[in-house]
Amino acid sequence: MTDQAIAITVNGERRKGRTEARTTLADFLRDELALTGTHVGCEHGVCGACTVLLDGEAVRSCLVLAVQADGADITTIEGIGPEPGRLGPVQQAFMECHGLQCGFCTPGFVVSVTSFLAEQPAPTDDEIREMLSGNICRCTGYQGIVAAVHRATELIEEATA
Amino acid sequence: MTTTRTQARAPRVGESALRPDGIPKVQGRFLFGNDLWADGMLWGKTLRSPHAHARIARIDVTPALAMTGVFAVLTADDVPGSGVFGLEQADQPVFASGVVRYVGEPIAVVAADHPELARRACEAIVVEYEVLTPLVDSQAAITAAAIHPDGNILRHLVIRHGDIDAIGDVVVEGIYEVGMQDQAFMGPESGLAIPDDDGGVQLFVSTQFVHADRDQTAACLGLPPDMVRATVAGTGGAFGGREDICLQVHVCLLALRTGRPVKMLYSRDESFVGHVHRHPARMEYRHHARRDGTIVKVEARVVFDGGAYASTSSAVLANACCFGAGPYRVPNAFIEGWAVRTNNPPCGAMRGFGAVQTCFAHEAQMDKLADALAIDRVELRLRNALEPGDTIITGQRITGTAPVAAVIRACADAPFPAGAELDPDSESAPMLLRPGGAGRTADARHVTRALGFAVSYKNLMFSEGFDDYSTARVRVEDGIATVHCACAEVGQGFVTLAQQIAREVLDIDEVVLAPADTHVGSAGSTSASRQTWMSGGAVEGACRLVKAQMEADAAAGTVQRVYEATFEHHHAPTQRLDENGQGDAHVSFAFAAHRAVVDVDRDLGLVRVVDVTTAQDVGRVLNPVQALGQIEGGIAQGVGLAVMEELVVDQGRIRNASFTDYLIPTALDMPTVTVAALIEEPEPGAPFGAKGIGEPPTISSTAAVAAAIRAATGRAVDRVPVRPDDLLF
Amino acid sequence: MTVLAPTDLDGALAALAERPDATVLAGGTDLMVELNFGHRRAGVFVSLRRVRELREWSRVGDELTIGATVTYTGLERGQIATLVPALAQAARTVGSPQIRNAGTIGGNLATASPAGDTLPVLSALDAVVVCASASAGRREVSVHDFLVGPKRSALAAGELVVAVRVPVLSGPQEFLKVGTRNAMVISIAGVALVTDAARGGLRCALGSVGPTALRAADAESFAATAVEWPSRRATPEAAIEFGRLTAGAARPIDDHRATAHYRRHAVEVCARRAFERVTLR
Repeated sequence: MTDQAIAITVNGERRKGRTEARTTLADFLRDELALTGTHVGCEHGVCGACTVLLDGEAVRSCLVLAVQADGADITTIEGIGPEPGRLGPVQQAFMECHGLQCGFCTPGFVVSVTSFLAEQPAPTDDEIREMLSGNICRCTGYQGIVAAVHRATELIEEATA
Repeated sequence: MTTTRTQARAPRVGESALRPDGIPKVQGRFLFGNDLWADGMLWGKTLRSPHAHARIARIDVTPALAMTGVFAVLTADDVPGSGVFGLEQADQPVFASGVVRYVGEPIAVVAADHPELARRACEAIVVEYEVLTPLVDSQAAITAAAIHPDGNILRHLVIRHGDIDAIGDVVVEGIYEVGMQDQAFMGPESGLAIPDDDGGVQLFVSTQFVHADRDQTAACLGLPPDMVRATVAGTGGAFGGREDICLQVHVCLLALRTGRPVKMLYSRDESFVGHVHRHPARMEYRHHARRDGTIVKVEARVVFDGGAYASTSSAVLANACCFGAGPYRVPNAFIEGWAVRTNNPPCGAMRGFGAVQTCFAHEAQMDKLADALAIDRVELRLRNALEPGDTIITGQRITGTAPVAAVIRACADAPFPAGAELDPDSESAPMLLRPGGAGRTADARHVTRALGFAVSYKNLMFSEGFDDYSTARVRVEDGIATVHCACAEVGQGFVTLAQQIAREVLDIDEVVLAPADTHVGSAGSTSASRQTWMSGGAVEGACRLVKAQMEADAAAGTVQRVYEATFEHHHAPTQRLDENGQGDAHVSFAFAAHRAVVDVDRDLGLVRVVDVTTAQDVGRVLNPVQALGQIEGGIAQGVGLAVMEELVVDQGRIRNASFTDYLIPTALDMPTVTVAALIEEPEPGAPFGAKGIGEPPTISSTAAVAAAIRAATGRAVDRVPVRPDDLLF
Repeated sequence: MTVLAPTDLDGALAALAERPDATVLAGGTDLMVELNFGHRRAGVFVSLRRVRELREWSRVGDELTIGATVTYTGLERGQIATLVPALAQAARTVGSPQIRNAGTIGGNLATASPAGDTLPVLSALDAVVVCASASAGRREVSVHDFLVGPKRSALAAGELVVAVRVPVLSGPQEFLKVGTRNAMVISIAGVALVTDAARGGLRCALGSVGPTALRAADAESFAATAVEWPSRRATPEAAIEFGRLTAGAARPIDDHRATAHYRRHAVEVCARRAFERVTLR
């Protein structure tokens, strides 16, 4: 097993490390950087629990090798809030609207929704369902999550008003 | 909507309190079992059988042991205690020895200093098999040569009620099948074991039932139960799939052998063979009725495929049979049930627990009967609806609430939500929300809309004489209450309710929850819709004891700094069913009705469920937003079983053990959920009058969707999940 | 395992020349699944993430040249979607938004899965695949020759898909994909139909019903005369016959996702519907 050096920016912080080439970005974040909020639910890119922002785009971190992310800018669930300990609007909305139960899928949803709302700040119900269709939740039936996305748009609007 | 603004008074029972674990969960700070870490930790990995049925001729672990970084390789020979485990009967080997009985059965485990190395070490273990013909037909299993020393019959149950020779004016028959559904909880199985200095072990595991884990693990380790200190780790969903143990014994064995912490974490494909599934079932039904619609008799023969080991098959079958006639007055019944052993994947608990399968059948029968009698389908159900004081087919009289007619009326009479009208403005539905969705296959004119209706009931809590209880310890110190209860929080929201109940009884705002572990008495399993009643009752009881002491001391002027009490909450005792399947086997019942509206692409056989409207008997709502969450989530799983979720098993092998091919509804597949009514008739004997609410949403939602597809297509739809071929050829 | 991350095309080709056993890693949406499931052994990988020139597309006359690592999201949005609508429709059916942000058209080609969603569209468009290697330079291969069989392409060792060239046609295009879930589903059957108003014809290709994307030649010949060009008028009976002929081109198999019988039927229905969408009564 050969290690390769990588340097990435994670949640605004420059992180350097050596990692086996085989390591996925998800495992690197979880095991090397102890950022365990990025969850691995299926290892094949379907469930969406491992979603992170890679250079601003929502991607499955289980399908990216850590070494491929060398030089990239990564945002994980731990970096989604405005500052440590404070909730961002999407996080706040998921809390308020009971958009979670077991919470395993939640970080992936929060990161995905944050990215989608940046591109589409006022989605309709149907557009919300489409933007959520790449993340699987097994507890809620998505109703609370759809409500949370609506609520998040309000919170974002309030914050920028 | 409740907000997190600081409230003068924290929410009590009946209010929409927010989850105490909500903030860490939305921040990614909440630790699941999958996230646990210990210094010097090793990684465990399981070698599993590639065959459904084979004799093990030879196992050679030496190539794996020789690998640098591998610290232990264990097989059946290394189990110091009981070599078998099981929730109801100990028939499942910790490691297969001599013979393997299902694809994925554990043969050996490895501990290594890297997960990838552990995987390679498993590959290095040499196992020679003599492959045997697998027994995969559940009907054939009844008479086939035994594939296990305990035989192939896990349970044979016959219910004889009333005059089993009674005959009705009208008779309808059908044969129905339900495929194998998976719980597909999002957080794969995970656990961490840390050896203790005294020879014991600490186990942190994602689970539904930590005391059963401890007891079974200790028996296999050859340790007294108190030397296995088990804690519920953050659990990413369960739905029945974590009631049996999976890696618990393995990870503890490795930790004790290596003297180091060991973590095990299943991959998704491993998870599919690592836990039990919902039983596939084949059900033959015959209903007799008078011309006026009064049901005369229900006859049924049901065969449940239990797979290789017993798990909870016996209790699942009992539920299937007990509730197999539906929530109707049925004076005469003859129900014969078999739960059998095969070389298919083991099956056990999943939300609805046996009632799901027979509900699909009895509700299809009720529609057939209504049509044969030319009586409205809802009206037929109302005419036969159970009422308090009625006797069910096991001879048990319903002493609690039974608002069957109320749930039927509320659900059937509810207006259709916008977009789910039966005669829709057909061009309005966006392509993505038509059958076929993103594939752009259906234009509005290809789609037929129709509705279906179904009603169900099932028991709450454990039945048939099981000593079912929960324990809670409550401590009040400096104006803060601490609740210690081993109830596993798997997402259902007990942590919220426990706080609400403690606040309500003690009138204290600040309530802290201690970790759920085996340092307090058992809380039983988070299953059978039982924890609100059982552990809710235990928390209430302990709080009342503390409050009584506090009030007594206050009156006497001898106020103490610390108050503490422990309360064990047992429900009313139940009986084992007798040789005729009769007896007061159940504590309480919950009822629900579902009305589904579906769109079907007639030519492609694709279905999209548009809306599910429901009314449910809940006793009393303790937390409205959480109750809604259980109902919506339960309906999602019912819809999944109706139209897409099935483990395809071929000669004992799961063909679709991945999320690529085991399809779970996405947000584009999930219908709107409309709650027409939550019927609040407080249940006598239940804490705060509340019934469990987790399972009913899953039970008749499947049957309602199937009925709607039947109405849209004119097809038999006698099997779920419905496949396109079933609607076309 | 080693991952090489060249920053330009020459670097990528040099790396592949040096390590002919290397596997090319683009969006990772197919390859990483195989790695994570242990279906593929670790080895040498050449990551194309940083090769900027492969991410670009251009239009010259009535032809688009789409770089190999243009993502499905890139196909779905903006100008490509307007110029080659069927490609955008197919891209939108791929996986999830996150997968579409990563997965690439070159990857879809090189993986050559029978269920590759863009492949029927590329086949219907008679696309040309531009391949390159350090030793042999560039060559252009018709997509029909490029797709050899299930997960088999005409790529030689050390060779890379650089781009794919497709025509900009006038006339409507359709892509229909059958799956039993409304999103994130592997294709059970797919039909791509493109009209070429200038030449007075339409072209139809099928996915997931053969070892690779298949052209429905008989259906195309039928449409050349059964459809009135350039008005695109056709009878309802013609749509039925077009569907029947298209289904005749399918060579489906049974697997855990669907039966061969259903696949053939689904092709017939989708071809009929696509035909109805691109023609006028």
